[in-house]
Formats: sequence, C-alpha cells, structure tokens
Amino acid sequence: MFLRIIEPRETLTFTFDGRPIQAAPGESVAAALLQAGVRVFRTSVPGGEPRGPHCLMGICFDCLVTIDGVPNRQSCQVDAAAGMVVESQHGARAVEWGERP
Amino acid sequence: MANLGKREFVVIGAGVVGASIAWGLARAGARPLVLDEGDLAPRASRANHALVWVQGEGHGLADYGLWTLGSARRWPQLAAELKAETGIDVALSQQGGFSFCLSRAELDRKAGILESIDRETGGRTSPFMVLDSNETRTRLPGASAAVAGTIFCPDDGHVNVLRLFHALHAAMAVRGCEYRACHGVEAIEPVTGGFRLTGTWGEVQAEKVVLAAGLGNERLAPMVGLHSPLKRCKGQILVTEKCAPFFPYASLLIIQSSEGGILVGASKDPSSPSPATSQPINAVLAQRALLVFPQLAALNVVRSWAGFRIKTPDEFPVYEQSARAPGAFVATCHSGVCLAANHALVLAPQILAGQLSAELSPYSARRLRVPQDH
Amino acid sequence: MTLTTCTTLGALAPDYDLIIVGAGPAGLAAALEAVPAGVSVLVLDEHPGPGGQMYRALTRNAPEAFGFLGPDYWRGAALVEAFLACPVQYAPRATVWSLQPGTDGPDPGLEVGVSQGGEARLLRARQVILALGGQERPMPIPGWTLPGVMLAGAGQIALKSAGLVPKGKVVLAGCGPMLYLLAGQLLDAGCAPSAILDTTRPGQWLRALPRLPGLLASAYFWKGLKVLLKVRTSVPFIRGVKALEALGTGQVERLRFRTGGRWRELPADLVLLHQGVVPELSLSGAAGCELEWNPRQRAFQPRHDGSGRTSVPGVSVAGDGGAVAGALMAEVTGRLAAISALAALGALDPARRAERERPLVRELRRLRRGRPFLDLLYQSREAFRIPPDDSTIVCRCEEVRAGQVRSAIALGAPGPNQLKAFLRCGMGPCQGRLCALTVTEMMAAQRRMDPGAVGIFRARIPVKPITLGEMASLPATPEALVACTGAATPLAASLTTQR
Repeated sequence: MFLRIIEPRETLTFTFDGRPIQAAPGESVAAALLQAGVRVFRTSVPGGEPRGPHCLMGICFDCLVTIDGVPNRQSCQVDAAAGMVVESQHGARAVEWGERP
Repeated sequence: MANLGKREFVVIGAGVVGASIAWGLARAGARPLVLDEGDLAPRASRANHALVWVQGEGHGLADYGLWTLGSARRWPQLAAELKAETGIDVALSQQGGFSFCLSRAELDRKAGILESIDRETGGRTSPFMVLDSNETRTRLPGASAAVAGTIFCPDDGHVNVLRLFHALHAAMAVRGCEYRACHGVEAIEPVTGGFRLTGTWGEVQAEKVVLAAGLGNERLAPMVGLHSPLKRCKGQILVTEKCAPFFPYASLLIIQSSEGGILVGASKDPSSPSPATSQPINAVLAQRALLVFPQLAALNVVRSWAGFRIKTPDEFPVYEQSARAPGAFVATCHSGVCLAANHALVLAPQILAGQLSAELSPYSARRLRVPQDH
Repeated sequence: MTLTTCTTLGALAPDYDLIIVGAGPAGLAAALEAVPAGVSVLVLDEHPGPGGQMYRALTRNAPEAFGFLGPDYWRGAALVEAFLACPVQYAPRATVWSLQPGTDGPDPGLEVGVSQGGEARLLRARQVILALGGQERPMPIPGWTLPGVMLAGAGQIALKSAGLVPKGKVVLAGCGPMLYLLAGQLLDAGCAPSAILDTTRPGQWLRALPRLPGLLASAYFWKGLKVLLKVRTSVPFIRGVKALEALGTGQVERLRFRTGGRWRELPADLVLLHQGVVPELSLSGAAGCELEWNPRQRAFQPRHDGSGRTSVPGVSVAGDGGAVAGALMAEVTGRLAAISALAALGALDPARRAERERPLVRELRRLRRGRPFLDLLYQSREAFRIPPDDSTIVCRCEEVRAGQVRSAIALGAPGPNQLKAFLRCGMGPCQGRLCALTVTEMMAAQRRMDPGAVGIFRARIPVKPITLGEMASLPATPEALVACTGAATPLAASLTTQR
C-alpha cells in the first residue's frame, strides 16, 4: 500500500505477529507496518471489524496494537525500535486476574 | 410561550427516577406528560455508579434495607419488561457483591453494621458472608494481599445504567408518554382542579404532579407544601478502556460494565460547588482501586466523570403526597438505579391510585423536621 | 543560548508563567514572541520534534530529498530553526491530558496535566496558550472504517514523516485545498493517484463569488491556481461527486461514486478522504471554554477575542485550534496570543504592546483575504456530513450507526450530550473527535435547528488516555481522601505489589 521513496541509510527490525518488519530510525510503527503491506492492525471490540490506521495523527485510535506486551498503543505515536515485539489485537484486552479456583 | 392545556399527570424530571415513575404510570394505564431540562443540565443519572446494591442499606432505618432488597428482587422483572418493550438489554447482573476492607477493624465495623440491620429487620434482610483474606482470595484470586477481608452479599448487582436510561426513555415513548425536553419547571402553583406549572416555555395544568427532579426537588417541593431538603454531594468516577470480562461482581470499588470498561468509584464530596472533576480525587480513586487490584495499573483511563448526586440529610428517600395540596407527590432518593424497579412497579401504581401505602410512611419528610437525637 | 529539551517530567519546574501546548507554527511563534520578555515559558508537544502537523518531521527531513513537499512546507524551516535557538524549555513526546482552573491558594492559575514516558504530573501556569491545531473534518461515508480508507492528512503524514508514497491504486475523494495540495505533493514524489473524486458543490461557486476579490488579492490565489492546474492536468479529475461508498472484504478494494444520476466504480487499494479542517477542541472544551458555531466553516471553535483569549481566564487559543486559517495565520495568532499573555503577566506595558500588535494585526487582515471564498466554495455537501444511509457508522469507536442516532434523536433527547448517554457515541477513546460534528449536524437537521443552538459533545479529562497507574501517581489531598474514604488518614502503606 505504501512504498519508500527515500532509501534510509540504516534500518532496524522489529516483529509484527512474528513477522520481521524493517523500519527506518524515527519512523512510527504504523508507518513501518503500512510500508510492509500490513493493512489490518486489529479487529474492533464492539463488532470484531478489521481496522487499520485512519488519521495517522493520533486522534482516531484505530491503529491500536500491542507493543512489547502493552495493549492499545497508538502505533502512529510510537517510534519503531529494534527488537520491538508488535502484535495485532483482537477483541478487548485481557486483565491478568490470577488462577481461578 | 405555549399553553399546553390540561393533563391528568405531569412528571417533572426524566432522569432514572422520573423516567421509572413515568413508565410505571404509563404501564398502569396513565398517559403522563414528562417535563425535562436541557442537554447540559446537571443530571445525577449520568454520574452514578450503576449499582443495584443492597449490602449495608438500612443502617439507621431498617425498613429501608427491606425496601432496597425488595427492589433488587424485582429488578429482573423490570429488566425483562424493558427488553420486551424496547429491545434494549440493560445487562442486569446480580452475581453478588463484595465490600473490601483493608483492616480487620474495618471488616468488623462493617460486619457489625450488617448484623444490626439483620437484627432490626428480624432476619428479613439480605444474607451476607464475612470472608477473611484467604477466603476472599479464593473467590477473587486477583485481589491483593492488602485486602484484610470482604463482605459478600448474594443480592448485590449492577446494571448498565446508560442502557437503562435509554431503555426507560424508549419505553416511555412506546407507552405513549409525552416527553418534552428543554421544559424546566420554574414554578408550581396549586389551583382549582390541580396545579399550574410554568416555565420559559409556557404553562401546563395538571391534576396530579410528581416531583422527580432530583436536585430541583429542593426548590420545587415547598411550592406544593412538601419538603425535600438536600445536602450537596458530588460524585466522581473514572472509566477505563474496554477489557475482556474478568469481574462479574458488584462492589463500591470497581464494576466492569457490560461494555467491558471498568468504572472506578466513587467519591462523595460535600464541599465542591463546581462540576469540574478534581484531580486529587481522581488520584485517590485510582490509588484505592490499585491497592486492591494492582493488575489494573496498566489500564488506560479514557474519561473521568463528576456529577451532583442526590442526598437528603439522613440519606434516606423522601416519598410523600402533599397534605396541603393532595395530588402532588415527591420522590427524592439517592439510589435511583437500585430503586428503579420499586419506583416503576410499586410506587407508580400507588401514585396512580392516589395514595402511598403504609410501607412508605417512614419516608415522609416529617422525620427531617424533627431534631435528630440519636 | 539554546533550547532546553526536557525528556523526563522530573526536568520540569512545578510552575511556569506561560505554558504553550503544541509546537506547530502557532506554538513556535508564540514561544519566540514570549521568551525574550524574560517570563518562564514551557512548550509541551506530543511529537518527537517541533513543527506540529504542518511542518511535521521538518528537523529530520533533508531538503534535498524532501523537496516534493513544496515551498510552503520548507518555509517552516526558518521558524523551526529560530525555535531551536531559543532559550526556552521544550518537552517533546509530552501529552497534555487535562487543563483546568487551579483550585488552591489566592492566585490558583491553571493546572495542566501532562504525561511523558509513562509518568504523569500536574503543572501550574499563570497563562496557557493552546496551540493544538486542527484536525480533518470526519467524512462518514459507507465503508469508511475499512482498512485502507484514510484521511488525506494521513497521506501527508506518511509522506512527511516517513517518506512513504502510496503504491497501487490510490483514489483521493472530497474537496478543499489540502486535497489538491496532497495530490500535487504525491505527483512531485512520483506517485500518480488514479483519480480525484471532487465533491465540491457546483452551486458553491455562485455563493462564493462575492468573495472572489478577496481571493484574487490574497497570497493563496496564484499558489492555489498553480497546484490546481498541475493536478487537473495530471490526474483524472471527476467533478460533482454526490455520493461515495467504500467497498471491500476486510479492506478497501473499490470506491463507488455517483455523479448526476449514474453510479460508477473505481478499483482502489487506498482511499484518501478530505473535506476540510476544523479546530481540535478536546482540550479547550474540557477546560470549559465556551464554544461557538462558525457557520461559514461549519465547525465549532472556542469563542475568543482578537488576541485568542477564551472565556476561561488565562486560557488563550492560537492557530487552527482557535479558528482554521492555515500555517501563516497560525504564526500571527500565536504571536498575538503571546503578546496578550505577556501583558496579562505584567511583562509588557500597554504602549509597547500596541506597538508590537500593530504590524501583526495588519498581517492578520492581509492573510484573511481569500479565506472566506475558499471556505464557502469548499463547504462540504450535506450527504457527506449527514450519512443518508442508516447503516453507515457514525461513531467509529463504539460502532454506532446513523440509524441508531436518528432513532435516539426522535426520542426527543435535548442535545448531543444526552444522546451520548443513550448511545455511547463519543465515549470511546477518540472522545468524539471523529463523530461529534456528525452527531450535531444530524440533530440540527432532524430538529430543524441551527447547529450552534444544538451544541456539541464535551470531551472529558483525560482528553488523551493515561493509565490508572499514572492517575494514581498524582498528588492526593486530605480533602480528596475524605471524599473517597470518609477519613483523612492515608490509604494503607505502600505494598510491593502496588504498581
């Protein structure tokens, strides 16, 4: 869906649902994912609909992904970092409750 | 300025209390006119914790504990009827509720209150269980070690209050109630044949009038020979993002709404006249919730609400028909959500019949004029 | 002397004379105007670097590589460079989530809630300038929630902040200068959009005609004409589009549109929508600023005077966050707001103030020319402000559809806030940024009222989410403890499991 017109001098690698993704330093996670052809970042909580970024400026809250275990991060507001573990989200986040009897 | 003519019943206020009563009247055969204020009027119905809470109610007036329990037991009927009439599921959940205590002393104090209510009602109030720290964590594995114990009551529950609000309004429409917003009542005047209600919108005459205007009742009641004093009480809650279901119970600390968000409550601020949310109160609400459920720390807070709640000086309701101007009724209460079932299914038919039952005599405002000596 | 960049909240003072929220053209210009007076100034901005949206990533982009962004973008370089040399405190990646009048002491000022690096803090300021800019007006067409349907601004941000151009079939749809500007930038960057589906209403030309002289005399006319000519001659341009629908399974695959009576379809891998820019109201609304309806732009804005002063004492707005008028105007209104703040702080005498304001006011008048014409010409079609189809989503966060909104309006709800209670519109994390205008317009149309009389949702703090843990880290007071627990004794001693 997007391609880079300026080749970055260096790149870093993070994973999205286990898949390695290249990013340029200073690039947002959302931009890197779009460049890698990722369209669906999550499914919505109320209706389970596929969603991806809409505004890229931090107001639509549709680009939410889990980053390094923290759910509901706006991927357009977070810079990609080497070794980051990014995961798509499906449904509402879970709360660690502990062992049920 | 319009003259709306004459009506048999006018209900002033369309919050949870007014809408429950209006729907109850319509259900029993009346066609009330319901007068509501504008969009930004302070509405306790939009600033509450959504609890159908029984535990500990009635301390100081045991009958109130029974009135509350009765409403909780009628709630499933209210929910079912609203669903059938409007298609809206208000997500009533009555899986029991926990009171959290951070010390043995607090646990003993709360248990003592419940025991005294139990005695005063001759054992007719809701059962309860006192659980120590280990017993609590067996039922709530997520609770932290800071919890010294809890009191569990199986009759406690909660409901999706915004859906309830929507359902009551939709049900009023289905039943043919006439609802008019931006029709705040400025004055009520007893006249021959009933009452004359006036506002900037005009006037209407009513044979019978029900004051269910929440905060507005204090001002309106004396106009019809009734008394509904209120003390200021601002309530504030935090709301988090949606989570997968993990806490189905009721508690004064957290509730998980049927939509998934956690409501963190609640405060009772008697001092602040401003509707703005207070950051220090937000901080304490958050700190208190995290003491008991530290795993909630990573959840995002998406908004904070504050609103003025309804509290009479002794915190018990006022239900009364005016002796000076019969046909004028007042309904003022704090727990409009919990009591919605009674208001619709018990109080409304009594209002329609023109007489409140003996069960409601403790709630006459006469008790508030007498100097308290206990 | 240079900028002091603060990357942790610990580096910030507890109070400032002036806090500026936003480091776009308005905020940067305000800082440059205020700092030399010697008052303590803090600039808070959520991006990693200065420039806001207009000049996004300017400090990271090399002019040689990013020339396609055009001269208007690069004009920002001078402003940004001046800011970087300015001895002011600047906190990037800092999100402001609340603004309220302070409550303690005889001179409580204003309280600003800020979050940075996962920590939250409350700061005090005697004056606050909100320079949060604008956002695009939502464009609720059927299928607008499909992955691959974005706003034109998203296309610009991808270009500016990551040098990304759309590949495959990209269709632009809507109207307004920003859409054509983006098309021009994409063309210069080597990407050819498949088409521009222009939704400008033909009748608006007549309505805007009386204002044409202003446009001809303005700074925008020749620039705008050049861009339009380039775009019209290089990209299939379809005029008079009356309806749009994005279709696809799991992502957008095609865009249906209607001109006249005929429906046609275009394949699309990416759809970029645009129908104008409106002020971003979350913080000004949550702070209690009175809002007023701007009928020409069909948007709410904080009611403010010529210096940006709002109805809340000490709070001023500047730039597109006060009234949408573009980057050059944002610099002027930023400077005017700063001058007014300095005067309120007692740091500028009336004579000097008048002297500094005079040239800015003249510049304001000059820059205003042409805007009324553009605002009128590009007023969006009702079908794109009020979804005709009941199944179109209005509130993206809570998935509330147009039919549900219409039914709830029919119940007689007095206004949007009551509607919000019934339907949950506006209760998601975006707090109505993408649905508030739609709901107000729907209610106004259905009730035959003026949108200004209908009102709009108020955002609630926190206007951007912060964690419960961050909330818990804010200071408590004895009164707050009493309000929550009934006693002023502190909550139990800290636990190792806490946070």
